[in-house]
Amino acid sequence: MTPLAELVLLAIVFTDFAVLGTSRLSSCIRAIALQGLLLGSLPLLLHAELNPRLVVLAVSTVLIKGFALPASLRWAIREAAVRREVEPLIGYLASILLGAAALAVAFSVAGVLPLPSLPTDLLVPVSLVTVMIGLLVLITRAKALLQVVGYLMLENGIYLFGLTQAERAPFLVEVGVLLDVFAGVFIMGIVVFHINREFDSISADRLRELRD
Amino acid sequence: MLLLTLVLAPVVAAALAYVIAARLRAVLLLGTAALHTALVSLLWIAPGDRALGGWLAEDPLGRIILTLVSVLFLAIAHYAIGYRREEDPRGGRAFVSCLLGFLGAASLVVLSHHFALMWIGMETMTLVVSPLIFHHDDRRSLEAVWKYLMLSSVGIAFALLGVFLLATAQPHGVAGGRPLVFDDLMANAAALDPVWLRAAFVFLLIGFGTKMGLAPLHSWKPDTYGEAPSLVGGLMAGALTSCAFLGLARVSAICFAAGADDFVRPALIAFGLASLVIAAAFIIGQGDIKRLLAYSSVEHMGLLVIGLGVGGVGAYGSVLHALNNGLAKGLMFLAVGNVVLVTGTSVADRIRGLHQRLPISGTLLIVGLFALTGSPPFGLFISEFTILRGILGASHPWIGAIVIALLAIIFVGLAAMILEMVYGNREAAAGRSEHGEERKWLVVAPLALAAIVLLLGVYIPRPLSMALAAAAATLGGAAP
Repeated sequence: MTPLAELVLLAIVFTDFAVLGTSRLSSCIRAIALQGLLLGSLPLLLHAELNPRLVVLAVSTVLIKGFALPASLRWAIREAAVRREVEPLIGYLASILLGAAALAVAFSVAGVLPLPSLPTDLLVPVSLVTVMIGLLVLITRAKALLQVVGYLMLENGIYLFGLTQAERAPFLVEVGVLLDVFAGVFIMGIVVFHINREFDSISADRLRELRD
Repeated sequence: MLLLTLVLAPVVAAALAYVIAARLRAVLLLGTAALHTALVSLLWIAPGDRALGGWLAEDPLGRIILTLVSVLFLAIAHYAIGYRREEDPRGGRAFVSCLLGFLGAASLVVLSHHFALMWIGMETMTLVVSPLIFHHDDRRSLEAVWKYLMLSSVGIAFALLGVFLLATAQPHGVAGGRPLVFDDLMANAAALDPVWLRAAFVFLLIGFGTKMGLAPLHSWKPDTYGEAPSLVGGLMAGALTSCAFLGLARVSAICFAAGADDFVRPALIAFGLASLVIAAAFIIGQGDIKRLLAYSSVEHMGLLVIGLGVGGVGAYGSVLHALNNGLAKGLMFLAVGNVVLVTGTSVADRIRGLHQRLPISGTLLIVGLFALTGSPPFGLFISEFTILRGILGASHPWIGAIVIALLAIIFVGLAAMILEMVYGNREAAAGRSEHGEERKWLVVAPLALAAIVLLLGVYIPRPLSMALAAAAATLGGAAP
């Protein structure tokens, strides 16, 4: 089963870069939904014997990260009438180059770390690169909805790392899914704020009134 | 059973707050707070309780912080009842419910001896506090909540990664003990993988440091404390940050036991010094009393991690300081809350002559000023002095000198603003606004907190000093 798992991990890296490089919000959401589906398949692919707990984890991951959160992001776009184009603070080329640098760092760091016995060597570097690219999106994109996408990627990276401990402490990966609550709160927040008409545009950039 | 009740009773009460009649909510809030404090005092009589197979456990360090949370919450619950008569915050139901939920989550953080469980408590605490910050339906509150949620959620995500890394550092099988259980981690600290442990410490320091508001991760603090209702500010500065400190202290204890001192201690001291520097820089010339208190909170969090970092008697001072600082912050925020209720502003230039308009709250501000700046005879004098002894004992004379200089600057900054507010000429206030006078109900809670802070400066009860010594021993320190 391992070759399939490695293929899925590489596809996750691909979705990371897809979010970095696209200019349309809807493509970013499609990429993050795909990442959620891939993530959900991993608990089943990485472990030889299936137990009910892993199946429940996989199904709930697919439902939450693959369907529910992307759907609510689309709902937020409709409801809050967000403009569809993405205006990053740094250009796409620079983003992709930074992403490539993150990839190099992730693989070299993971090479140095004393790895516990894992089904595949790719798990730790892919987790690290997803965390880093998620942070990159969170920091460099001005639009609140894209920051949520960045946060989702950050979470997904942490979830991947949690999978290294899934066999010993399955409780841990399940706890990781709780982070999705924050993403849900952000999306709710964006819509509610917009309905309140506090902002003409929900660019987090404009939230700059409080300062010293 | 007792430990589970401490966590679950506030949660049940939080749910009840949604269904019962409005006039009963005050009774529910105060009743739950009083019950919680009564149960916590039972812990002092019969210590060492555990539940859920050791996932929830009570130790001297946790007992001290839980007592702080419980007493502070009781004072704030009492204050909240009077406050809601003056100015009803958004959604009375949600307000009471979130306050009670906070108490339950904070108890879970303190009593958890399992890091994943502690993390769940920390996340819940972050979530239930956000509606409390969003007090006014305006742009400034919105910005404060958004910043708070963004920074804390990234912080909490890093903390989770840190928890995963900590699990990775634990060897499989009998050699490592049960995964992520604090007592097992301490007992088998020598078996932990040093590289993964250091990685775990870095992420947990960033995660818990964001919750504590250590510089440079403090940027949510002035905005949040500035916009939230004062009593929520008091709860966050006194209880939430102390719970985060407890989490950091537990991780540090494991690192010390594993012999990672050379890495962990300098990191803690560096974050602490950065916090003191930032606090001193922004306290001078600050124009808003609530933001001033936020930077004072950054300062005290810095002192806590410095004490933890130098070890020895510094660790003892640090735990005592967490207790003192939490109570003093509660006192100060509640007194400021009274001022804001009457003057309608927290901008210092518009507030003058409080000794005439609000004689008791004005006096409390002065008391709080001397307490917060570590003057005798208040408890913070003893704890700051013990931390300084710890710094010198670890032979860091330069760090000691820098800390003393920064504390002096901070004293001048705080005193300049507060003395002017209390004794300044009333006519000189810019854009004066008057509505109402001091409410008797609202001075009770800050007076009680002031009395405790004063008492702790004069006399530390024997059970407390024994618990402090035991907590310091866990943190690799010693009693003076």
